[in-house]
Amino acid sequence: MTDAARSIAMPPSEEFKGRSLWADAWRRLLRNRAAVVSAVLLALIGLAAVLVPLLSPIAYDDVFWDSINTPPDFASGHYFGTDDNGRDLFVRTMYGGRVSLTVGLVATLVSLVIGVTWGAVAGFLGGRIDGVMMRFVDILYSVPFLFFVIMLTVAFGRHIVLIYVAIGAVSWLDMARIVRGQTMSLKRREFVEAARAGGVRQSRVILRHIIPNCLGPVIVYVTLTVPNVILLESFLSFLGLGVQEPSTSWGVLISDGARIMETSPWALCFPAAMLAVTLACFNFIGDGLARRPRPEGPLRPWAPSLKSPISRSASPRRRARSRR
Amino acid sequence: MNGVGLAVEPGETVGIVGESGSGKSQVFLAVMGLLAANGRAAGSIKFQGEEILGRPARELNRIRGARMSMIFQDPMTSLNPYLTIERQLTEVLVTHRAMSLRAARAAAIDMLERVQIPEADRRIGHYPFEFSGGMRQRAMIAMALLCQPELLIADEPTTALDVTVQAQILALMAELKQDERTAMVLITHDLGVVAGLCDRVLVMYAGRIVETGAVGDIFHRPQHPYTAGLLSSMPRLDESVAERLQTIPGQPPNLQRLGPGCAFAERCPGVMDRCRLERPALRPVSPQDGERRMKACHLEAPHLEVP
Amino acid sequence: MLRFAIRRFLGSVPTLLLIVTVSFFMMRAAPGGPFDKERIVPPEIEARLQHAYHLDEALPLQFLRYVGNLLRGDFGPSFQYRDFSVAELILDGFPTSLRLGGIAMLLALVSGVAMGATAALRQNSASDYGAMGLAMTGIVIPNFVLAPLLTLVFGLWLRWLPVGGWGAGDIQHMVLPIVALSLYQVGFIARLTRGSMIEVLRTNYVRTARAKGLPERITLLRHALKPALLPVISYLGPAVINTITGSVVVEQIFGLPGIGRYFVQAALNRDYTLVMGVTIFYGVLIIFANLAVDLLYGVLDPRIRYD
Repeated sequence: MTDAARSIAMPPSEEFKGRSLWADAWRRLLRNRAAVVSAVLLALIGLAAVLVPLLSPIAYDDVFWDSINTPPDFASGHYFGTDDNGRDLFVRTMYGGRVSLTVGLVATLVSLVIGVTWGAVAGFLGGRIDGVMMRFVDILYSVPFLFFVIMLTVAFGRHIVLIYVAIGAVSWLDMARIVRGQTMSLKRREFVEAARAGGVRQSRVILRHIIPNCLGPVIVYVTLTVPNVILLESFLSFLGLGVQEPSTSWGVLISDGARIMETSPWALCFPAAMLAVTLACFNFIGDGLARRPRPEGPLRPWAPSLKSPISRSASPRRRARSRR
Repeated sequence: MNGVGLAVEPGETVGIVGESGSGKSQVFLAVMGLLAANGRAAGSIKFQGEEILGRPARELNRIRGARMSMIFQDPMTSLNPYLTIERQLTEVLVTHRAMSLRAARAAAIDMLERVQIPEADRRIGHYPFEFSGGMRQRAMIAMALLCQPELLIADEPTTALDVTVQAQILALMAELKQDERTAMVLITHDLGVVAGLCDRVLVMYAGRIVETGAVGDIFHRPQHPYTAGLLSSMPRLDESVAERLQTIPGQPPNLQRLGPGCAFAERCPGVMDRCRLERPALRPVSPQDGERRMKACHLEAPHLEVP
Repeated sequence: MLRFAIRRFLGSVPTLLLIVTVSFFMMRAAPGGPFDKERIVPPEIEARLQHAYHLDEALPLQFLRYVGNLLRGDFGPSFQYRDFSVAELILDGFPTSLRLGGIAMLLALVSGVAMGATAALRQNSASDYGAMGLAMTGIVIPNFVLAPLLTLVFGLWLRWLPVGGWGAGDIQHMVLPIVALSLYQVGFIARLTRGSMIEVLRTNYVRTARAKGLPERITLLRHALKPALLPVISYLGPAVINTITGSVVVEQIFGLPGIGRYFVQAALNRDYTLVMGVTIFYGVLIIFANLAVDLLYGVLDPRIRYD
């Protein structure tokens, strides 16, 4: 039939409505119940830590001489009990949460900035510069960081800022590697070449094309770095090398609690539970964001399906959006 | 998949043609018992008269690899990159023929030479990544033929290869067809491949068979608009370059949202009202042809010109 | 292969150098000296002490002296335990740490892989969810939280196991520390194995293995297991680091006479040479462990061989 070539107008079908990257990720996340529950829990913990003055009139260093080592008791207002110095554990745990979470976020931010910059520059410039930069990362990879952080604190004292920086400075390696890998593979995608061919400036290319597409894995890694950082800080504090008195963090509380656990197990259990739950929540959220557990590492850096702004179709004027 | 019926005679080569996603591979994965965990197959699959659908893996393993083999589309991913070619070939013989490793190795080298891999005795110790694409596919074919199966299912064996290599592999398969008289099922979307090798052709669309027949019939007197469309979209050397390539307008349908009518209705140039309402059953084109020549279309004796 | 090993080893020298240099200069840069905690000594005695420990020399000279000593295995004297040199202390604590860490890692590897593989084979079943839930618990509970909790439950409440100490190195005293140390790795390795196994089971080459009619046991052991374990092998390097780091706190909590505990005490007491010595010692250990893992990986993955 010679009419075979006649075009038939097709009715638009709903399935082919385009979805943006973020909507995709959001939908996937929302479907993951563990991640949603975790997010809610985290929000609650965070809120409690921030709003603790509203939840209890007690200050974190108030001493109650007649309530030393008392178990949790709703009536008395000591929701988590008291420790062997007569201090209220609920408030201390919440304050400890403030410190731990702040360290988590700030140090992660530090490592994010260092890591993303390092990785993006190395990946984009390529060649020898990349070789040198990644060699540096390789060298640092074998170094036992805990030991260095401890050394730093031993050498320079235990200022809270030092802890932020020290922990952040040792956690950026993975981030740099991921970002570099992403940058390198993105650099070669056709749409980057096309953008360049179209005369887009290099910096704009990085900004508008590469970095948004890197953000996926970066976000996953951030949700995984935060718990690691909190863990590292708790570790230090537990050993007595972290946050200083009278400030407290979950690590310190756990250490104190372990000391008196025979008589006051609640002093150990509450901060321990808070820490464990917080770490679990971050892990579940990170799990939910990543596509699926992958062999190369704890979680697969989420590789977003790319939306290339320029299709391969013949007409250069039409900016059809084709999805891979 | 819906109501796919097929019979292959010994010594016959049947071509299964269709677009990607038409379900042609899935049918044969089901035959081999290799469907993914969320796949279901219903109906009947008989091998040499015996029902094999739903049999446990243990029983299927006696047939698979020995009496019925399958080769896959991408030899790079279908061969285990961590094992030598020797290991992957000999294990078939060791499992099914209880041969010793030494005897199996000799037989494997022999077969590799049959599929024209040079220096087979040296190359057999290599790993798949050390072979070129064409050589890998030959090795796969060798692997499938070691136990002289009665049926060979080839799922797009040349799609992942470039054109010159394609030609070589097809020539090889033609030779094997001559020499071994193995029954073959050749799954492909490339009509050129079909023309060269097959005796009969099945055309599939949207998970259903839409036309069957001898290869000459199908090519010269297609009875289904889809078949005609496929044929006319093949670029030909003797056509002038200035003419645009013909395509079948539209997209393949979403298999989960098929309507009550013919799945091809939206794209069919000869569509009638009846087509949208009533799905055409697969029926013989004419009473004399019977089951050998069938189509699933409401059009009667259409004049489908193929340039 | 040997060239590869040598090249990688030489490549680790910069790392080593970095560790030594940074440790050294960080310790020296710290405000206050090693003798600050002592009672105030008259200036001449202090000067004599400084001279005896070469602390009055120019910094670069001290550094070179230190490196020279290192190469001879002399880590310097401990400032905290005056009668002992750092090397002696390290050698004293090492056997304990080695036993603890070694058994913990072995246990983690075996049980993690077993758990993960089983979970992968029974994907989405109750045992899968159970195993992964357990694994998750192991991952999120830090070892310094777990250790006191275990002590609380098993040592104080149930009185099944001793609360701490090394005793005569017998099993009873080792159980809790080993569990506390290895649980994280068990969880991590289990999840890693499961994920990797699931991916491998989905590959085309496993499909081919089944299509060849190989018994499922052989498909799993020969075709699936090795590729699935490769990521676990890669993880062994970080696993060693994690175990070493973890042992620091586990030894501290349980009062085990290992290097970790010395390290913590040294850090709290500003015993610089001991802190440095342990850091360098563990640094070297980690470098060798990474090297061994790389070699092992190269042996198992044929594509890496000709690096």
